[in-house]
Amino acid sequence: MPWSKMDTQRQELSQFNSRLWLALLLIVLVFSGLVARLVYLQIWQHDHYVTESDDNRQQLQAVAPTRGLIYDTNGALLAGNRASHNLTLVPERLPGGRKGVDAALVALAQVVSVDADDIKRFKRRMNQPRRPYSPVALKFQLNETEIAQVTVNQHRFPGVRIVPELVRYYPLDEGFVHALGYVGRINDRELAKLDATNYSATHHVGKLGVERFYESELHGTVGHQTVETNARGRVLQVLDRLEPVPGKDLTLFLDAQLQQQAAQLLQGKRGAIVAIDPNTGGVLAMASAPSYGANQFVTGISRANYKALRESDDLPLFNRALRGRYPPASTVKPVISLAGIDTGIIARNYSIWDPGFYQLTEGGRLYRDWKEGGHGQVDMHKSIVESVDTFYYAISHIMGNEPMANYLAKFGLGQVTIADQPEATKAVLPTKQWKRIHRNASWFPGDSLNMGIGQGFLSATPTQLATMAMVLANKGQWHQIRMIKAIDGDAVTKVSDLGRKDPVQPANVTLKRPSDWNKVHGAMVDVMHGKKGTGRRSGANSSYKMAGKTGTAQVLGIKQDDTYDAAKIAERFRDHGLYIGWAPAKDPVIAIAVIIENGGGGSSAAAPLARKMFDARMLSLENTTATGVKDDG
Amino acid sequence: MADFQRLAPEARKHLRHGPGVWVRLKLDPWLLILLLAIMSFGLIVLYSGSGASETAVQKQLVRYGVALLVMVMITQINLRLVQRWMPLLYVAGVLLLLAVLLFGVGAKGAQRWLAIPGLPRFQPSEIMKLVVPLTVAWYLAGRPRPPHLTHVLVSMVLVALPVLLIAKQPDLGTSLLIACSGIFVIFFAGLLWRYVLAAMVLGAAALPLLWMGMRPYQQQRVITFLDPESDPLGAGWNIIQSKIAIGSGGIDGKGWLQGTQSHLDFLPETHTDFIIAVLAEEFGLVGVCALLSLYFLVLIRGLMIAAQAAHPFDRMLAASLTLTFFVYVVVNVGMVSGVLPVVGVPLPLVSYGGTSAVTLMASLGLLMSIHARRPQRT
Repeated sequence: MPWSKMDTQRQELSQFNSRLWLALLLIVLVFSGLVARLVYLQIWQHDHYVTESDDNRQQLQAVAPTRGLIYDTNGALLAGNRASHNLTLVPERLPGGRKGVDAALVALAQVVSVDADDIKRFKRRMNQPRRPYSPVALKFQLNETEIAQVTVNQHRFPGVRIVPELVRYYPLDEGFVHALGYVGRINDRELAKLDATNYSATHHVGKLGVERFYESELHGTVGHQTVETNARGRVLQVLDRLEPVPGKDLTLFLDAQLQQQAAQLLQGKRGAIVAIDPNTGGVLAMASAPSYGANQFVTGISRANYKALRESDDLPLFNRALRGRYPPASTVKPVISLAGIDTGIIARNYSIWDPGFYQLTEGGRLYRDWKEGGHGQVDMHKSIVESVDTFYYAISHIMGNEPMANYLAKFGLGQVTIADQPEATKAVLPTKQWKRIHRNASWFPGDSLNMGIGQGFLSATPTQLATMAMVLANKGQWHQIRMIKAIDGDAVTKVSDLGRKDPVQPANVTLKRPSDWNKVHGAMVDVMHGKKGTGRRSGANSSYKMAGKTGTAQVLGIKQDDTYDAAKIAERFRDHGLYIGWAPAKDPVIAIAVIIENGGGGSSAAAPLARKMFDARMLSLENTTATGVKDDG
Repeated sequence: MADFQRLAPEARKHLRHGPGVWVRLKLDPWLLILLLAIMSFGLIVLYSGSGASETAVQKQLVRYGVALLVMVMITQINLRLVQRWMPLLYVAGVLLLLAVLLFGVGAKGAQRWLAIPGLPRFQPSEIMKLVVPLTVAWYLAGRPRPPHLTHVLVSMVLVALPVLLIAKQPDLGTSLLIACSGIFVIFFAGLLWRYVLAAMVLGAAALPLLWMGMRPYQQQRVITFLDPESDPLGAGWNIIQSKIAIGSGGIDGKGWLQGTQSHLDFLPETHTDFIIAVLAEEFGLVGVCALLSLYFLVLIRGLMIAAQAAHPFDRMLAASLTLTFFVYVVVNVGMVSGVLPVVGVPLPLVSYGGTSAVTLMASLGLLMSIHARRPQRT
């Protein structure tokens, strides 16, 4: 081997070895770097990553409180909660994320029947603003078979879960919805207003009525639990838990039997019945017909059903008891009389000769009485018993607007006095000022005449009329009109006991001469029991005395020379039948207002229903007393 | 002679046995012990990382067995004979890579496997992990060293061709490893420093081109690497979660099977590429350093074998294979601990999976073969 080549070889070898050393140096340096990185992560940043790791696996979950129950006055359940197994999807966890929704729905449809309506509503819910990774309900109230089928196929549907939930249930449903209201899914508008923390696990909120007014009492306080989950969000174990505080239970004055009776009486009619306990101001029954099922709103009503309800000519969604503005007609006559005699404008023995009509001026417009030919000589007593319009034309002409408006207001008209029904409306109690503002005209004597017989601009809701009946029955004694009797067993006499604002309520009505109450009462008793009383057929054959006043509200103005023929006029233009009253006449236990739209006269359409309500109330009280005696024994 | 033997039995025994049992088996006991230690450690972590799956451990054991068998077979091969066949092997390998691009099968947008009827499915790119350094070593061993520029360029082409074909599959991790193995051979052939420098400058200049050549998902990986928080639930998830796993492990770890990150499924690919995060979470810094020490000893042993090899071909090959093993470890640990981008490189001999284990053991078999045929010191 030549030297030169040997030399080259040696040179090459030493160069190779030096590069090996270089490689070793590199390895040592890089390994040191890796170890330094690990030291940084595992020692320097250790605490930080321990926190992150705990955050990862531990999630704070809100736990929804159980909504408070609603009972009737005797402890019958009106609104409870039942378990609903809902089929939910977490769009973010579906294979393919939100884009995988359609594929997942198609796959799910093979296992559970999901109709187009469900899918439409699901997509609407999914596209609403919501917390990421929160489940979106696809179908509610799965039955046993569906639950089993989804569970068995669970592995095929990542992101699909059956979530049990307690939802509102109204065992008596239709007949009670206008009294109780209902709960429904929280919508965007409500979401913005509600306390985000307290409602973080709640899906329903009171939408109407008692459910809405007592939302804060019924809802309760949210609880929370720390759970260990895996990356797919499945809960593996609960680490700690703060129990939610369930909502408070409400007891209402509502008497379920009476309410059902009212609903039955209104079956197939349009109208409302409101009954109040004159001793407490508590609402015993509040029915409006036609009605609708409340339970369908809890889980989400289908568009078609909702559309049908909304577009029905009979307006089932409309709460006539609280919002129906009807001409009170002759039911205001006792109060108009009181206004006349108590102000001293009308003498207590004032009487007129009734030819069947009234004229403001000789040869002027005829204001007709309901009875052709008239009632002859009429005083206040007779005017109430036989409901003589002419008498009221006369005295209201003398009084003018102001005394009538003042006294009607003392009895609750033109204002909302029911404390816990947020939908209640105040209707119209016209004054001169009101007419100027709303009709841009001054008050004419003819307006007073119409007002005196409860027509014209004057309107009132059934709830207001029942309130008026209560104040009359109580001889001026007011109570707060309210649904609530007790909360969690503690009696509530005013909603301000619960920190709510009491409605402005007129002072107790004191008459200059208290015996005037007896005059009016006597006349109203004779309405029911007198020989010529307009309500005598409804008052007959009873073991107790009752007091009342019928009313017939004209829907259509009758032209001067026409005679009224109900048969000729379409049903919708027939008179509304009204009735107010109480029973027993002394020491009353029920005050009532009944309105039947287009039912014809008050004595035939409304008074018989009131009588049935009276009977039911008396019977119910007898039973309660009997039971009470038994309990004591 | 016979009497003498009878009088001195120890001496006779020594003379008759000649070279030791290890040399005759062509195995290196040091390397073998280290490999078995790493594998055992790996199985313990794999059991946890696979969600306490005995099946996974059993399958991995079978793979280890096959890989050890392949290694022992490789050690029996005399590299002098292999050298002659290198060009043919290289051409065959490149043809297989072309076949992968044309008829290959795969998943997740990558086409890496070749399913030839009658043969088990395999990845030709894995074979190229051995063929490329062998070919370059063969080429440069027959040329003057330090290599001339032309030879360097030819070697570069020999490396670049399979690397590009594999990158096209696409398999960034494997093409990176193969490129390294080829370049290491050129470097250990005595590549002049000025060329090294020039290559570095060129490489820096080529980076933008490389960026443009990347698939969107590869670009995403780089972006995510640079700013993992930009997509915490998507691409950045892996890195964030593995860092949490490592960091929360602390010095002594949460204990075997106690890792919350891995067992609650926050950590992805716990039994494959990200297995070291499981190790770090459950055994802490102590556990990771123990494994890194084993790797370090393997590397030292590899460098020793390279230093003791006589033939230039053996030397270059041994050094290249050792450093490629090093790249494996660094890229995997680097990516899992968040200092390097996520490229699919498994942790050698620990990650679940057969192909890479077989290839790695084969390359270690080559090292042993080289060592067994080193010139005996006198």
